[in-house]
Amino acid sequence: MSQGDNKGYGVVDSAVMARVRAKLGPLGLILHTHNQHGDDTVVVQADDILQVMEFLRHDPAMSFDMMMDLTAVDYLGAERTHPYLEPLKARFEVVYHLYSVEKNHRIRVKAPLTLENCYINSVTGIWAGADWFEREAFDLYGVVFRGHPNLKRILLYEGFEGHPLRKDYDKFKRQPLIGPVN
Amino acid sequence: MGVNEVTPGEVAALSDSVIITQLSKLVNWGRKYSFFLYPFVTACCGMEFMSVAGPRYDIDRFGAALPRFSPRQADLLMVVGTISHKQAPILVKVYNQMAEPKWVFAYGSCTVSGGMYNNYATVQGIDTLIPVDVFVPGCPPRPEMVLDGLIMLQEKVVREPRINLTRGVSPLGEADDRKIIAG
Repeated sequence: MSQGDNKGYGVVDSAVMARVRAKLGPLGLILHTHNQHGDDTVVVQADDILQVMEFLRHDPAMSFDMMMDLTAVDYLGAERTHPYLEPLKARFEVVYHLYSVEKNHRIRVKAPLTLENCYINSVTGIWAGADWFEREAFDLYGVVFRGHPNLKRILLYEGFEGHPLRKDYDKFKRQPLIGPVN
Repeated sequence: MGVNEVTPGEVAALSDSVIITQLSKLVNWGRKYSFFLYPFVTACCGMEFMSVAGPRYDIDRFGAALPRFSPRQADLLMVVGTISHKQAPILVKVYNQMAEPKWVFAYGSCTVSGGMYNNYATVQGIDTLIPVDVFVPGCPPRPEMVLDGLIMLQEKVVREPRINLTRGVSPLGEADDRKIIAG
């Protein structure tokens, strides 16, 4: 666990965050960092995601060998709650939770995306387990993962229109395969 | 002396071994105590269903113990758990594959009405897809409620005229789940 206050934004960097800052900061890859409830978080540009992830996976001091979770968030109407979203006019975020079995440390990586440019490079080449997570994020949020080997819907069916967890998806819209629209 | 005449002595001798009834009543009596379930278990209600099927509540006391995992061999479709729109064609297909006579048991709030899920994914009650004989709401229903529902179904079976039992295919027709498999 890293140090940091429980109010949201850490003061003292953990060893992980210090190295991330030292290595990625000079390259201009870090948009924002914070430490919420002891969880190190680094926000990066979506275009740089592969470079950042390669570093986190292969750097000997990082060696994040396990991708715990990958999901997306839609901040439509709530962009102001995150200081780094508004200047980018970003609406979505792709969130990665990484864990190192070897080092027993964790990090959260976030990449903001706009509606117009809702594309990000797939990390399946780094962690094969990202495959179905990326399909789920594509299915429910419409984030397109470039370079994914099989990017099609995983939970919903072929022919379903739209992405139902987007905040502008009409919550009363129904598209059954069979039976009445109720 | 006609051949049909029976002496009081003969009636007394046979009264312990002969029952006179109607064929339909006899058949319904047999059906009510020999349900073969098809457990269409999709969600958390399945845990409660296992409790009902287990020795403490024991649906075998009502003759409904034996689950059949082929719809061809089952006559009671137990729909246990949330039915999503993706699942709906499969449920209809299973219903259509069951041989007559057949009954449907809606187990839990989700199958009855969609329950707490009113969203893009969930069927708002399986009665929008297939005819249902017993609705047992609850999230999940207590085993006692399920047994009560089973007894209600038995009473319904007893009342049914045998020749009127045919349910046919679902009102929605034959389900085509090929696009699900392709998807």
